Amino acid sequence: MSLLFFGLGLLIVSGIVSLFTSRYHRLSIIAGCSGTVVGCLMGLIPAINVLGGKEYMPVHFNWNMIYGSFSVGLDGLSAFFLLIILSVSLLAAIFGSRYLYQYVHEKKLGVSWFFFNILVFSMALVVIAQDSILFLIAWEIMSLSSFFLVTFDNKKEEVKKAGYIYFLATHLSTVFLLIFFLLLDHFTGSLQFTGTLPHLNLSLSNTNLLFLFGFIGFGIKAGFVPFHIWLPEAHPAAPSNVSAVMSGVMIKTGIYGLIRVLMLLGTPMIWWAWLIIIVGFLSGVLGVLFAIAQHDLKRLLAYHSVENIGIILLGMGLGLLGICYQSSSLMLLGFLGCLLHILNHAVFKSLLFLGAGSVLHATGVKEINRLGGLIKQMPITAAVFLIGAVAISGLPPLNGFISEFLIYLGAFKGTAGQNAEIILPALIIIIGLTTIGGLAALCFTKVVGCVFLGQSRSSEARAASETGYLMLLPMIILAGGCFVISLCSHQIIKWVVPIVTQITGLETKLALDITHNTADILSLVVWIFACFIGIVLVISFLRKSLIEKQEVDDLPTWGCGYKVSSPRFQYTASSFAQPLIKFFGVILRKQKHLEYQGVDLFPKKTSFKTHTKDVFMSAIYYPLFKSIKKVLSGFLWLQYGRIHLYVLYVALTIIGLLIWYIGLS
Amino acid sequence: MIHWYSIFSLVSAMICAPFLKGVIARTKAILSGRMGASVFQPYFDLWRIFQKKSVYSKTTSWIFKTGPVIYFVTILIALFFLPLGNLPAILQFQGDFIVLIYLLGLGRFFMVIAALDTGSSFEGMGASREVFFAFFAEIILFLCFITLSLLTKVLSLAEIHFILSDGLWLNTGVVLFLVVVALFVVFLIENSRIPFDDPNTHLELTMIHEVMILDHSGPELGLILYASQLKVWIFGLILLGIAVPFDPQVGVFNVVVVMAGMILLSLIVGVIESVTARLKLFKISQFLIGAMTISMLALILALGGR
Repeated sequence: MSLLFFGLGLLIVSGIVSLFTSRYHRLSIIAGCSGTVVGCLMGLIPAINVLGGKEYMPVHFNWNMIYGSFSVGLDGLSAFFLLIILSVSLLAAIFGSRYLYQYVHEKKLGVSWFFFNILVFSMALVVIAQDSILFLIAWEIMSLSSFFLVTFDNKKEEVKKAGYIYFLATHLSTVFLLIFFLLLDHFTGSLQFTGTLPHLNLSLSNTNLLFLFGFIGFGIKAGFVPFHIWLPEAHPAAPSNVSAVMSGVMIKTGIYGLIRVLMLLGTPMIWWAWLIIIVGFLSGVLGVLFAIAQHDLKRLLAYHSVENIGIILLGMGLGLLGICYQSSSLMLLGFLGCLLHILNHAVFKSLLFLGAGSVLHATGVKEINRLGGLIKQMPITAAVFLIGAVAISGLPPLNGFISEFLIYLGAFKGTAGQNAEIILPALIIIIGLTTIGGLAALCFTKVVGCVFLGQSRSSEARAASETGYLMLLPMIILAGGCFVISLCSHQIIKWVVPIVTQITGLETKLALDITHNTADILSLVVWIFACFIGIVLVISFLRKSLIEKQEVDDLPTWGCGYKVSSPRFQYTASSFAQPLIKFFGVILRKQKHLEYQGVDLFPKKTSFKTHTKDVFMSAIYYPLFKSIKKVLSGFLWLQYGRIHLYVLYVALTIIGLLIWYIGLS
Repeated sequence: MIHWYSIFSLVSAMICAPFLKGVIARTKAILSGRMGASVFQPYFDLWRIFQKKSVYSKTTSWIFKTGPVIYFVTILIALFFLPLGNLPAILQFQGDFIVLIYLLGLGRFFMVIAALDTGSSFEGMGASREVFFAFFAEIILFLCFITLSLLTKVLSLAEIHFILSDGLWLNTGVVLFLVVVALFVVFLIENSRIPFDDPNTHLELTMIHEVMILDHSGPELGLILYASQLKVWIFGLILLGIAVPFDPQVGVFNVVVVMAGMILLSLIVGVIESVTARLKLFKISQFLIGAMTISMLALILALGGR
């Protein structure tokens, strides 16, 4: 445990050093980056120990404050999330050390490193805090530090807007959580955030109320539909190493919180499982649909985070169903899939964001329709991005498939089982996963095909070159992770199962039986994958030896007789996705902007643009916040912009509260 | 479970699959009043194509060359999951059909990006349509498997095939019939047959599967063609296993029944291709939604009949 504290301390210290040395660029980068790397490595050791079965006693400091105490602990669930947070942050930091260098003359990089290290520190604190006040403080530090990271490039108008939306969303989340913790304290008199509550004085309606507040509060952070609108704004705005951490890891703290809430509240109601499954279905399907309609690479990836959160929720919902109807195999497979997908998504999503960052670094272009052909200039980036794309589409033989397979298997066990009430939600889960899988494959064939394959569509893409090894190394490690997690999945689930029993309260012996069964199935799946990879290698070799005997022609692509080809003749990402966007026109409202100036002797310059707005943004949030603004602008007379007046307001409020308090007692 | 002796079914599939293509082509020829080529012509075609040399576009990269290999291997591995008559599948475990469907998805993923690798708008168009229609086909397949798992209470393809008996057909015949109809539609679309796609042309109206492989040549083209023939075999086996209630006790007879069934299926496909025209492109998605509705109906009936 002291190793963890030391690591976290190092994160802060190195952040501060980096902040104060920001005048000396190299020193500042080295301080910030090496501090993160060493700090994360130190923190990883206790996390791995706990997952390996070693126990740590919770650490408890008295804290001279009215509420709360400084108590932190590292149980299986915390260690699992800590492992993900620290390892992804570590790799993102290495990537960032080279990536951020392009801003060296415009920005003070020390500031960025300071907030990055604070973000990593606060995320780690969030998952080990056992006291609700400490948790809230860590949560708030996490929100603020990530806000400053999002607004790194704060001269751009879109970044300002994104920062504003993110700030609002993340604080709405905190408001709900604050109410949640206050209610919790009010109902139970306990500020303990981990473990299970004594159920003596918690009525049904109070439990439901607590669940709803926790669900919404953590849901905003995790990006459940309809609270997802901040993700596609904030993730593209942030520098790529930060988006990788935010999308791969930070939103998972919302899932962590939700799992803790569920553990806290004990036996779940059936409607919770239904709510989580339905929200999961909507997040998954709508997330991937919106992603397909995007032209901006990072925005597209951000929507895919919504999609994957949906898959995680489907697994969680399945597990909850298992708890409600006392089906141990559903419990285990659901939560196993959920937890494994959290890990998997952290791996491949950060890989993809780093890959997108690499492309952005090399070309300066985020728009998919202006890229193309990068596989020739950036072969390694293209290969690792392809691996990430196959993994996120949930295709074998990579890790995304394994977690989805576990959820599928659980849901199919639900449909083939005896209990009629499980069948319908299990059906929704299966159909949801299938829809998401098909659409994700469509989306990522589009991305890989239009960004890396074919011919370059712009001069920027033609001028690109492979990025440096400091940026490639983290991506290669993550891509390797996609293979390793898949091919060792029958081992990995054995480490995850204790966490599932911790969440569900399943008997260890029963859990081990089902795990054994599942591990057997997975080992066959892994065997198939190994076969697959082996045969692919053999046939590739045969093909090559067959080809080598003959002369092979190198000619342009067949253009059906038309000789004057241009890269602009290629199918674009927009046209690739067009049939689907048209089919789902109800949800994906594509807007066309045509500037047609008619034909004189020659056609004049014409431009055509399409873009798809987020229907939730335009139909719900925009009108909502507009009307809020209308109401609140009535109070504008309070704002004079003079500090002494504000101090007066504060004083008046305190006096008012005092009077209220005295009157009460 | 791994049954090594079932390697026989893998080998028989690899040997017999091109034959089905020959049967379909011959049926079409006879129905249109021609003699047609021998039913063994596809074997000669494959042999000829593997002898040829390849032509690569300068635009393409290693994806273009690896795509067909991965496509072929996914199809080959998918054969591991299929029982043949009373021969169990080589590999059999709970949820094996999920792996099978996703393996086919992987093959499609690589075919699509291999098509996009050429940078040609023809192939881009085919790729776009392929993934769009496959999206529907996959949902229909999963709906069918949910229905089957509801009826049989087992979760592996081979077990589903073995449990489906005449008794089950007598009791839940309507449901199973609807499933078979939906699966037949999947069979046609996945193998790019008329009325959805035309395997013989890549012209504008039918730009789906065939146009995606327009630039492939030599051994790569051979792999793709062979894989497509094996794919007919795969979906044929899935369909037959459900449509024909085998008795696992009966010996070699079952294998003969399967082979006869496959030939019959090819004849049916040949007849359909001779008497129907290809659908308009935008009608295909409507047709697929129709098939999805059928599979949904089967599911609801199965739920009601529990």
